[in-house]
Amino acid sequence: MRMANSSRLPGRLVLLAVFGFLYLPIAVLVALSFNEAGLPTSWSGFSFKWYAALAGNGEILGAAWNTLVVAVFATLISTALGTLLALGMETRRRKSTGLEALAFAPMVIPDIVLAVALLTFFSLLNVTLGLHTIIISHVIFDLAFVSSVVRARLKHFDYSIVEASRDLGASGWTTFWRVTFPVLLPAIIAGGLLAFTLSVDEFIIAFFTAGAGRSSITLPIQIYSMIRFGITPEINALATIVMGVSALALLISQWLNKEQMQ
Amino acid sequence: MSYQSARSNLLTAPAVAWLVAFMVAPCLLILSYAFFQRGMWGGIEYSFTLENFARVVDPLYAKIFLTSARIAGLATLLGILIAYPAAYAISRAPRMRQPMLLFFAVLPFWSNYLIRTYAWMVLLNREGLINNLLRWFGYQGEPLSLLYTEGAVIVGLVYNYLPFVILAIYSTLSRLNPELMEASRDLGGGPIRTFWRVTLPLTLPGVAAGGVFVFVLSIGNFVTPALLGGGRFQMIGNVVYDQFLTANDWPFGAALGLVLIAIMILLLMLQARATARASGERARADA
Repeated sequence: MRMANSSRLPGRLVLLAVFGFLYLPIAVLVALSFNEAGLPTSWSGFSFKWYAALAGNGEILGAAWNTLVVAVFATLISTALGTLLALGMETRRRKSTGLEALAFAPMVIPDIVLAVALLTFFSLLNVTLGLHTIIISHVIFDLAFVSSVVRARLKHFDYSIVEASRDLGASGWTTFWRVTFPVLLPAIIAGGLLAFTLSVDEFIIAFFTAGAGRSSITLPIQIYSMIRFGITPEINALATIVMGVSALALLISQWLNKEQMQ
Repeated sequence: MSYQSARSNLLTAPAVAWLVAFMVAPCLLILSYAFFQRGMWGGIEYSFTLENFARVVDPLYAKIFLTSARIAGLATLLGILIAYPAAYAISRAPRMRQPMLLFFAVLPFWSNYLIRTYAWMVLLNREGLINNLLRWFGYQGEPLSLLYTEGAVIVGLVYNYLPFVILAIYSTLSRLNPELMEASRDLGGGPIRTFWRVTLPLTLPGVAAGGVFVFVLSIGNFVTPALLGGGRFQMIGNVVYDQFLTANDWPFGAALGLVLIAIMILLLMLQARATARASGERARADA
């Protein structure tokens, strides 16, 4: 036992260092958001002052509302399309290379390229830019992630229960809603939550497809314009809230995924 | 066409239509724009030219390409050097604990990119945490200018993409057959030799996947150079940004975008070859 412990020590030190590197910068930000002074120069006491400042900032509240609108619509559309895509791809007899590439591309294509391509495309068609163009654009990568989560679940799917349902006389439609769908539901929700987080956090594509004017600014665009020229204490509080929401959505998503794999 | 394949096609149709209309068509559009001329007042003149690509290799832009490649290359190298031991340590942890460790290694990756980059602005600026800590430890001199340097840009890139590299390397390490390492040890290979001759070659696909990812996303990045480089380091992403949002030279911006896509495809192909070679080796080793 002693030997096992001592041979595990280097591994533990590596993990400690890497997790420290990953989480300390975030921890500093969270701690500062409760610092009265708001700056890392000194700790002047615990305070919710910066959170209160956020609540009174109309620009930030407006951007938060826009982000919510974009994320909700992009999530609903992409969850529907992504689930259908997953079902279609997994029930094919032969794998289609073209289809695989099409579903994989949104996850690897550099954001900046997709962003400028969409901007060019919308302006050629004289589409007015706004929240709707951000939603259209976010659905592209959201649906790719939803379909990959749902496909992973379908790979472990026990098709004999579908056959059993058909043997017992249920129609294809009934079988889908009464048998397949309930089994897939946790994966669909997990994929949807992932799409929601991605959409809430996405900056580059939103920045290019939002158009000019304040009316379609999302939270990441607002954050970018605030931090570009330096540090403002309000951002710490905002960052803490945004990260908290993302982490929560991911924890639920992960929990749903784990629950159903067992 | 059978009933089943008709149904599959029907199910995939909405998503395929969406991707073709809003991803494939726009990408083909900038592909064609790259061969057009810039109009007098920033519009597009629809006459064929290769001038945009000639400008890409112009010394001014070639230099920016080299700077970007250097920064992206260093970020990739550092990312792999940090991620490999981390992934290795996770794969050696008790089996029950591995999924949790992996989840927490990847969690930051899903949080807001801007915020994670901003966290480093807080740490590195002249009144930031690191300078404050130095003063607290008795450092008397001028505060260090850590922010707005090439180093800051590289640290930011490594920090942001590290979780993915850990994930990629872990996924190959966890599939590794432990008997191979035992066999090597039984045949007298020391731990270092076993690592170099057995473990590392078999996990190269994961290293390649993670490396390609960091390199491609770093070289096209414009946020990190703008925030942590303070705009002093122009990378290709920044030039593309400028062509579309300030200089209004869309054809040239499109050409630069195409070069980025070409680099990505080239690297993905190399990665696929490395993976194919390693799986051949794995099959031979397992036999």
